[in-house]
Amino acid sequence: MSPLLQIIGWPFLGMLLLFFVPRGRARIVRGVSVFTVFMSLVTALYVFIRFSPGQAGFQFEQTLDWIPALGVSLHVGVDGLNLGLLVMAALVAFASVCISREVKTREKEFYILLLMMTGGAYGMFAVLDLLFFYVFHELALVPTFIMIGVWGRGERRVYAAYKMAVYLSLGALLVLVGFIAIYVAAGAESFDIPVIAERLQSAPLSESTQSWIFAVLMFGFGILVALWPFHTWAPQGYASAPTPVAMLHAGVLKKFGLYGLISIALPLMPAGAREWLPVLAWLCVGNLLYCGLVAMRQKDLNLLIGNSSVAHMGFVFLGIASYQFLGITGAIVVMIAHGLLAALSFGLSGHLYNQKPGLRIGEHTGLLKEVPFVGTALIMAMLAGCGVPGFLNFVGELLVFFGAWGVVPWITVVCVWAALVVGAVYMLRAIRYMLHGTASNSGLNDINGAWLRMPYALLLGCLLLLGVYPGLLLRGIKPAVDNILPASDVAQVMNRGEVVDAMPITVGTEESGLSEMEGSENDSK
Amino acid sequence: MELTLILPEIAVVVIGVILLLIDLWAPPEGKRPLIAAAAVVAGLVCICLFVFPPALGEAFGGMFVMDALALFMKQFFMAGAVLMLLFCYVAYDRLGGRVSEYGVLVLFAVAGMMFASSSNHFALFFVSIELITVSFYVLVGFRRESVMSLEAGIKYLILSAFASAVMVYGIALVYGSAATLSFDGIAAVEGGLTDNAVFLVGLLLVTAGLGFKIAVFPFQMWVPDVYQGAPVTTTAFLAAVSKAAGFILLIRLVFTAAPETFRQWQPLLMIIAGATILYGNLCAIPQRNLKRLLGYSSIAHAGYMLMGVSAMNAAGRVGVLFYLVAYMFAVMGVFMALYLAHGNPEKDDIESLGGLHLRSPLVAFSMTIGLVSLAGIPPLAGFVGKFLLIEAVVRDGMSATGGGHAWLVAVAVIGILMSIYYYLAVVRSMYRNAPDARAKPVSIHVIGRIYLYLCIAGVVIFGILPGGLVSWIKGVMTGFGS
Repeated sequence: MSPLLQIIGWPFLGMLLLFFVPRGRARIVRGVSVFTVFMSLVTALYVFIRFSPGQAGFQFEQTLDWIPALGVSLHVGVDGLNLGLLVMAALVAFASVCISREVKTREKEFYILLLMMTGGAYGMFAVLDLLFFYVFHELALVPTFIMIGVWGRGERRVYAAYKMAVYLSLGALLVLVGFIAIYVAAGAESFDIPVIAERLQSAPLSESTQSWIFAVLMFGFGILVALWPFHTWAPQGYASAPTPVAMLHAGVLKKFGLYGLISIALPLMPAGAREWLPVLAWLCVGNLLYCGLVAMRQKDLNLLIGNSSVAHMGFVFLGIASYQFLGITGAIVVMIAHGLLAALSFGLSGHLYNQKPGLRIGEHTGLLKEVPFVGTALIMAMLAGCGVPGFLNFVGELLVFFGAWGVVPWITVVCVWAALVVGAVYMLRAIRYMLHGTASNSGLNDINGAWLRMPYALLLGCLLLLGVYPGLLLRGIKPAVDNILPASDVAQVMNRGEVVDAMPITVGTEESGLSEMEGSENDSK
Repeated sequence: MELTLILPEIAVVVIGVILLLIDLWAPPEGKRPLIAAAAVVAGLVCICLFVFPPALGEAFGGMFVMDALALFMKQFFMAGAVLMLLFCYVAYDRLGGRVSEYGVLVLFAVAGMMFASSSNHFALFFVSIELITVSFYVLVGFRRESVMSLEAGIKYLILSAFASAVMVYGIALVYGSAATLSFDGIAAVEGGLTDNAVFLVGLLLVTAGLGFKIAVFPFQMWVPDVYQGAPVTTTAFLAAVSKAAGFILLIRLVFTAAPETFRQWQPLLMIIAGATILYGNLCAIPQRNLKRLLGYSSIAHAGYMLMGVSAMNAAGRVGVLFYLVAYMFAVMGVFMALYLAHGNPEKDDIESLGGLHLRSPLVAFSMTIGLVSLAGIPPLAGFVGKFLLIEAVVRDGMSATGGGHAWLVAVAVIGILMSIYYYLAVVRSMYRNAPDARAKPVSIHVIGRIYLYLCIAGVVIFGILPGGLVSWIKGVMTGFGS
């Protein structure tokens, strides 16, 4: 059995086991959940290590026939593109299951739903079948609504859960319609993505067909990723979600739309992409600038992080809209970086919120003195969020800007300004009003003990490690991205060989400048 | 010889008649075991129908056709009959001492449905509809002591009789213009009648009559009151099984009797489907009574299935049949859970479901699974059904002959969104609110428990592993229609 199937299988196995654990045995429930998710993480790391970067095409492939009458099969495989996402998903899922300790009521149901969500999230990154891609995402999405409604926090959780359910179901249904259209139009009687890709390569769809299918997919995926102006579900939804759910959804599930745009919409409908990507480029300004400005006005830490998370999606959209090598590579890096970062930030703010519901920025100062571990981790997360070098976010944002500059220079200028200035303003203000200053002795507890700190340290460590050595993540990404871009563009880049060669060097130069940055960061503490 | 072809129908009628006779002499305490015995015998017939499928062929001069489609539908109806008899056994207290009479009527209605699935002639078409409908007149108003049930019975009687009258008038007009009642005969002369107003009006009236039976817009007015007033078993039977009979008749009519005319009427069917989806879902949103909500949502489901018929391709018919199977398991599970959750027959509001998961986790879970499947959320069977139907419409829209059907797909998507909203509201009230202090603990008979497991299993298995059923239905549909 392919290790990818094992990664997907562990959480579902855990879920089945939990059905037979008697109610009230919370320790066993937790044990089973942590163990199965840990096994997935180990398997994902094994795949990451054994992956051979030079090889084109998919690795660890396996196909199980599912609905032969419709050409649906459980086809799994990884290439440079989804490998990093899969590992990121495994890390975030492990961290969020570990910190689910905060849930004290009806643990059994909670963990069953959480494992279902986790399994769906692994599945959607590992499968190469359109229908399974959709089904796994939906499998992860439905528990989200239930968990926000039942275990959520705040007065408005029911409203938030409904809003999220309506928005995200609309997005998902649009995506489904797009997938069905691809399936029918390709005429291959198969949902297998490589088969459809091959078919469409030899017989591309007419431009008008490509155009409408791409539009349906772009807006469907866009709603799922909180593309401006369809983003209003996100901040409120995350603020109302239980911490592990916010971590998993913002970190992992939201990447479904971006991954789908990159790996399905772009390669299958290049003509449609060329028509619609300029629109996407303009909309991403809405994400970066508008949501950044909204984030500036937030007084609630959760809403601040939620809005900044929506704003960060703008980078990925910009990278996709650039439709060339550096931009798309950058988009993938930002996706992974944002996944780790969002999980970290929501985990930390959840820890604070559980002790002081309705914690507002400015009410409590000096958190760094009072809760040093949480404060330090939060300050690092916020610095990563405004793109300080040394964190993986910086690498991705830089690549996106390099990529987009040649394509949409003016939009890039606005985005750079929005990201660097607006982003820095709200993050630094939050640091100043919450973390610095005199300790207000509000009775908050720090996270104590190595075991409890481990999930946060894990996420932070990965952000830093990959930020220092992004080459680890970018192994094997080139053939995958080349596959996505239209053949003519790839040839063009090949001719300008220096662009491709320059990339590892850009990455290398960051490393040298890194130690100083880290030093200055330590000073600021 | 031709009688061997209608052996399944004969078996069902004979079980019904014997049940009726034994009932005359059975003591009051013997009625419940009697219905159990009937369920067992019907189960055996059902198994025989699957294991030793009867030979295919035509009987009575082509009036009665036993093709793969008819066989599939008979198996479906027989399974529905078994589920219904088991439901009657469990919901004994709702039907009082007359439970075996109820079982007899269910069996007669099922016999009508089995004839309907084989009808290839307007005479059999009408007779089988009447057999179904007349049984339902009694089933709907069965709880004589309840005003609501009687009111529902009268409403159903008047409106249904009116619809039958319209239909029979339509059949007369068709006969007047085509000079034959046989579907094959009509199809043969249809080419010359495409601009014959009498023929077209006749066909339109027949379609309207059928539209009443499957409750599509604008013939859906009876549904909410009847669903709410009828005993819960009848409501389940109406929703899950009777609808299927309407659809099999529609499929026969559309694809065997007058394929060309209906191909031209495709926009009409699509508009009706879209309006039905919107009407059903919009009206379901504000409902506070669960049976009424399910009534409105069943209108919407009829709209989805009509969408599959209106796609006019094999994929659409496959989708309709799959949807019927998925729908039956989900609806039967939901109504059984509804019956078990409410001690009081007059009280079916959603509020009183509050805290159901504390009173009985199994009942709450099976209701959740059923509703989520009805909402079309993967990986349950309802999703696969909706997927197949939407795929069929997109396929027709993108084929050379069809126009773009983007609006219908958009309507379906909006409808699904609305249905997710109101189904999840029910789920939420079950899991979030605290139970009413006066609510009785739920006691589940072992048969009820098995029944719920069966429904959950059907919805989950056909959702996760739909491959077998889909290829089976595809096999059934090959060679049918144009």
